[in-house]
Amino acid sequence: MLVSLKWLKDYIDVELTPEEIAGKLTMAGLEVDSIDRVSPGFSGVVVAKILSIRPHPNADKLSLCEVSTGDQTFPVVCGAQNIHAGDIVPLATVGATIPGGYTIKSSRLRGELSEGMLCSEEELGIGEDTTGIMMLPDTLTLGEDLAVGLDLDDVTFEISITPNRADCLSMIGIAREIAAMTGGRVRHPAIKFEEKGEGIDELTSVTILDPDLCPRYTARLIKNIEIRPSPAWMRMRLEAVGLRAINNVVDVTNFVMMELGQPLHAFNFRSLKEGRIVVRGAEEGEQFVSLDEKPRTLSADTLMICDGVRPVAVAGIMGGLDSEVEDDTKDVLLESAYFNPSSIRKSSRSLGMGTDAAFRFERGIDPDGVVRALDRAAQLIADLSGGSICKGYIDEYPRKIEAIRDIPFRPERVNRILGTQIEAGEMKEILEGLEMAVSEKEPGGAYLVTPPTFRVDISREIDLTEEIARIHGYEGIPTSLPELSPEAVTTSDERALQGRIRTILNGYGYSEVINYSFISPASADVLGLNEDDEGRRFIRLEDPLGEDMSVMRTGLVYGLLATMRKNISAGNHDLRIFEMGKVFTDVGEQLPRERERVGALVCGARYDRLWHFDEDLHADFYDLKGRMENLFDALRIRDIRFTSGCDRPFLHPGRACHVISDGRTIGFLGDVHPDVLERMDIKGKAVVFELDLHSIIPLLREDFLYRNIPKLPSASRDVAFVVDEAVEGRYLLDLALEKNENLLEYIDIFDVYVGQGVPNGMKSLAVRFTYRSATKTLTDGEVNEAHERIVETIVRHTGAKIRGLEI
Amino acid sequence: MKEALEDLRRKADGEIDSAKTGGEFLDIKTRYLGRKGLLTDLLRGLKDAAPEDKPLLGKLSNDIKKSLLEKIERALEDIESGDRDKALREARIDVTLPGRGLRYGKVHPVTRVEGEICDIFATLGFSVVEGPEVELTYYNFEALNIPEDHPARDIHDTFYVTDNIVLRTHTSPVQIRTMEQQPPPVRILSPGKVYRPDSDISHTPMFHQVEGLLVDKGITFGDLKGVLTFFLRQMFGSGTQLRFRPSFFPFTEPSAEVDIQCVMCKGSGCRVCGQSGWIEILGSGMVDPEVFKTVHYDTEEISGFAFGLGVERIAMLKYGISDIRLFFENDRRFLEQF
Repeated sequence: MLVSLKWLKDYIDVELTPEEIAGKLTMAGLEVDSIDRVSPGFSGVVVAKILSIRPHPNADKLSLCEVSTGDQTFPVVCGAQNIHAGDIVPLATVGATIPGGYTIKSSRLRGELSEGMLCSEEELGIGEDTTGIMMLPDTLTLGEDLAVGLDLDDVTFEISITPNRADCLSMIGIAREIAAMTGGRVRHPAIKFEEKGEGIDELTSVTILDPDLCPRYTARLIKNIEIRPSPAWMRMRLEAVGLRAINNVVDVTNFVMMELGQPLHAFNFRSLKEGRIVVRGAEEGEQFVSLDEKPRTLSADTLMICDGVRPVAVAGIMGGLDSEVEDDTKDVLLESAYFNPSSIRKSSRSLGMGTDAAFRFERGIDPDGVVRALDRAAQLIADLSGGSICKGYIDEYPRKIEAIRDIPFRPERVNRILGTQIEAGEMKEILEGLEMAVSEKEPGGAYLVTPPTFRVDISREIDLTEEIARIHGYEGIPTSLPELSPEAVTTSDERALQGRIRTILNGYGYSEVINYSFISPASADVLGLNEDDEGRRFIRLEDPLGEDMSVMRTGLVYGLLATMRKNISAGNHDLRIFEMGKVFTDVGEQLPRERERVGALVCGARYDRLWHFDEDLHADFYDLKGRMENLFDALRIRDIRFTSGCDRPFLHPGRACHVISDGRTIGFLGDVHPDVLERMDIKGKAVVFELDLHSIIPLLREDFLYRNIPKLPSASRDVAFVVDEAVEGRYLLDLALEKNENLLEYIDIFDVYVGQGVPNGMKSLAVRFTYRSATKTLTDGEVNEAHERIVETIVRHTGAKIRGLEI
Repeated sequence: MKEALEDLRRKADGEIDSAKTGGEFLDIKTRYLGRKGLLTDLLRGLKDAAPEDKPLLGKLSNDIKKSLLEKIERALEDIESGDRDKALREARIDVTLPGRGLRYGKVHPVTRVEGEICDIFATLGFSVVEGPEVELTYYNFEALNIPEDHPARDIHDTFYVTDNIVLRTHTSPVQIRTMEQQPPPVRILSPGKVYRPDSDISHTPMFHQVEGLLVDKGITFGDLKGVLTFFLRQMFGSGTQLRFRPSFFPFTEPSAEVDIQCVMCKGSGCRVCGQSGWIEILGSGMVDPEVFKTVHYDTEEISGFAFGLGVERIAMLKYGISDIRLFFENDRRFLEQF
């Protein structure tokens, strides 16, 4: 909210600088975001007196003025008709600037020299009166800068008012806060006026059909007004706080809202059918055109102000076009009401109408301030428009808003919460400074506190505790450390594992990325997911920022590929990245299933520096597979199997595998399908993996025992098996292991060869078998015996030929 | 005989001194000390010498043999090591060429800062607890004293999944879920992703928050100040100036916004702090009794405080990042700086 210092000073005397005021407000919970020094949009305009006027010899409509600034006299050609010798007027001297970017120059108008310009309010941007030169009071000093003379310089504060402080959404509200902090006194505007003519009850009526949504509605009738622009002081007040001046009735309603915090509305009384007000809920689908000329379709829970026939305003939010105060309006019905805060909020949000009035009503206005605001506005309208206020006012108050009274308040409890030792007397003073009534101490030791009705945020002892802390000052509360109970510090298994994986992958050169959790639903098509794929069971947002961010991700691969695409277009072709985070699947329960995953992607060069290597420079499947194997090894997880035939549609069908532990799939690894890369417009290749962290956690074992380093020598045998190309290496190894030869310590494929010496369609797998006994040094004979049994099994199952042996 | 031996020694020494290559030394060795060498020849005449001279001559000839042999061997060794040295020098490589490195991967700055925060609070006994990111409105709002159609929801623009399911707008729901599960004392930290529909230079629709909660008997606002002062000094340096000022959060009362002195200008006012000299760093407050009531804690018996801070915001201050969106663009040139 914008607050004008000049306006504020109408209600309170402050000797502080703007910075000091801002500091105090901020430290009392009214955060001042900025301080602006506001000057009028002109410079070089001074107070001057017209010494003489004579007609222009060559132009009927112009006159030649001699104008004095006290020590100098200037000839000025002027076209206005409202000036007379002796008038005090604003003179824009040569070099002056006025709004619109004009600079005044010395010139000749129809042959006569003019050294300056006499200005209207409108030309100076301080009013909208275009009818003639602005007349200044003769109390001003000639030659004085007009901005100084008229005290046009102001300071405005932009203040963030927290949602609980509805009472601070007005100048009086801010003045009250300053008073509480400085011990000053608020000057409330004096309200005095005369009522004339008929009683309001003879002319109109108010009927409330929905008292829950409209507990109170008050009205006054002002007749025979003359609509015109508001005087400069009023316009300047409104413009200083960011409101546009319109006319002397609408401006008053805005002025009083900013002054007292009560939103008001003025209806053109003659446009009200049957001359009366009915407050009721809208009919579902009812049509209405609001002041901003937009057609609105209403829902049944929207409260409407109606006349005898039709809606004339959305209650508490905006008036209607048909009952607007216009230039020829003679009589106005002035509304000051209390509406149900949450109903106003609901309607203003569903209609998308966040008006200043709605903002105040939904936060809660002072139910006891309704009539005062009504009277204040009636007074100002009558003053400014010459109208007469009808006798009496309507106050329909079917649902009394009960004021909060007698809150039990225990100073020692307050000190216990704050960690302070503030005297009860000081607390009492603080509360009274906030216009609260504090009783004498009750027998039980508590005081009873009754807050003012505008403090809608205060109903409990803790609310009073906050007021004590706030006014006493947070800086005055001593700093302490709590005693700690001796519980162990824990973290979740997922988080602990994430930390380990992050360190391990970092060590392999993989950098962490974080992608948004929401993605495009079209990603499922890009990845080629089947209709029934679980990856399509998206959680969809009702109101996403865009279709491409409208569903929660069900996997990490799409995000990694999108990151790859962005990087490649930025010129970063070589990536080793991973991401850890949640994926979300709709499983038909209230909340989705959330799983923590880790995904990784490698593309581009295998090594950071290429000069060492002259071939095989691009990272491929085995690079990432190696990293995954290393990862499991580092986590001390054994018996992970990689099985071909992975059916993830976004992976290369010939270069992808499931990652399996104990028969359960815990992830996948593979080259990204070239079709997917094409659909994403990515040139190049990528290998990805994704693992489910929840499946890894049970595999972690911290309770293991050390095994002795073998003391006895091992013996190894190398064999090259020539097998059909379709035979997988893993199968060969499994055959060897199935034999359960207890001398076989270790088995490993150390060479794969296709080419000369190996028949077409075949490959040679060179395997090293390592044998060892824990109890004795093996003889050749013992090794050979075990070895031959294993080799025989492999040959029998695979039809392998042993390379180098003619069998 | 003696003269002949001395002559031979002089001659041989002269030849050794002038020899250069290994071959020449080997020649000398053969010529003097070989089976048909000069020294050997001379020694053959020893049998004709007078018996009383024999021992002396024998010793002399042995000394000569030994000394020649030593000189030649040493010379040969020198030559050999000189050759190896030369060979090694010839095997030089360009040591200025880059190594066969594998760069260490980088931790995302958000993770890094989140980890630092958790580590600091761990020293104060805070355990890490996590919760769902897709959350019931009950936990995200109502249980935290944020009723429907209340202006307090204004500060929480929200992604809705259905009327009663949202993407959590803060990690505070974890407070409620934890207190529902365990009696006091509670001392938890809850980091994680949160979501609000906002996107510009200082907002992203997803960001990270760390929320803390400490509930026990006799916890005071002074304790809140103490714990957060410790944290911020640990995070930003021991001299960090801070201020606590009143604010509003529906689930705390009294509430406090905590500012630190601007890390850029040290309080003199700059663009980063909007000329105020202060930077808003976290929100906090004493847990509102309404919140305790929803989890059936005795509001007279216990008290506590909660606080929440944005991880990206701290990372931005720490590393001088001015556009929050960079965190989620994942440009390699950005990531590799951390």
